[in-house]
Amino acid sequence: MSRQAVVIVFPGSNCDRDVADAFFVATGESADLVWHTEFSAGLAPLAILPGGFSYGDYLRAGAIAARSPAISALRQHHRMGGMVLGICNGFQILTEAGLLPGAFSRNRCLHFLSQDVCLRVEENDSPFLSDFQPGEVIDLPIAHAEGAYQAESVGPDRGLRVALRYSTKDGAVSPEANPNGASGNVAGLLDETGRIFGLMPHPERNADPIFGSAHGGRLFRSALSAVSRHG
Amino acid sequence: MTFRLVVEILPKDGMLDPQGEAVAASLAGLGFDEVSAVRVGRLVSLTVEADSADHAVRRGEEMAGALLANPVMETYRVEVEVR
Repeated sequence: MSRQAVVIVFPGSNCDRDVADAFFVATGESADLVWHTEFSAGLAPLAILPGGFSYGDYLRAGAIAARSPAISALRQHHRMGGMVLGICNGFQILTEAGLLPGAFSRNRCLHFLSQDVCLRVEENDSPFLSDFQPGEVIDLPIAHAEGAYQAESVGPDRGLRVALRYSTKDGAVSPEANPNGASGNVAGLLDETGRIFGLMPHPERNADPIFGSAHGGRLFRSALSAVSRHG
Repeated sequence: MTFRLVVEILPKDGMLDPQGEAVAASLAGLGFDEVSAVRVGRLVSLTVEADSADHAVRRGEEMAGALLANPVMETYRVEVEVR
């Protein structure tokens, strides 16, 4: 079987191997690590931008990586029908690159947050979410300092496709359930094609049943089944 | 000519600025009661070659829009001093 997924590694990425391991545990397929200068469109149907601190978070989280040649190649990958998953710093890179709308500022509390959160799935019209039901509540860990999503508007009227919102375990999207001050409790976004998905929580840290619900593994399996159907 | 540019970057009005809020609270704790608002931003100093001060500022603004600031949540101002 040809290569299904690659993980793009920047200087300062640090969740790259975790994602590759989790992807394999969840799907049985390998996700190969690719150094950012080696990435090109067409390497694999799914390209993953992992968490970490690309370029030391200098200037703004994701700002330097977003302007690298690898992201130009990623735009081409997407135009050719490829799928893009950005996790945490990967999500920050996608907004800095303009591939997803909005931006991130420091957590409202100013602390680095490392904790489990509940997330309400807002829609499933995306290859990343076909295994989920709208309104379903899942749990995944977050680990970030600059996670407060900022946008001029977080309503559907502006074409923003919110896939995940921080919620209570009962699915209430409330200020109490918002860990970092994100506008509209936004935790994950899709682009208009549904083939770019950015999320602050780490699916790779809850992909194996030994860590709990393994909801993150479902995300990888959804993505892989879409790749297999179309690829 | 060589110019030194100073690019001043601040969070947009209305944007969440937890650093500014924390600094405001700390100043109040030190007794600086006259402070009603604090915004914390970033200052970037650039040394550039340009034909004129206006040209240098124009290029600085392009750099701010392309990389130094994030226009979604920040404003910027470019000032020049002839070296």
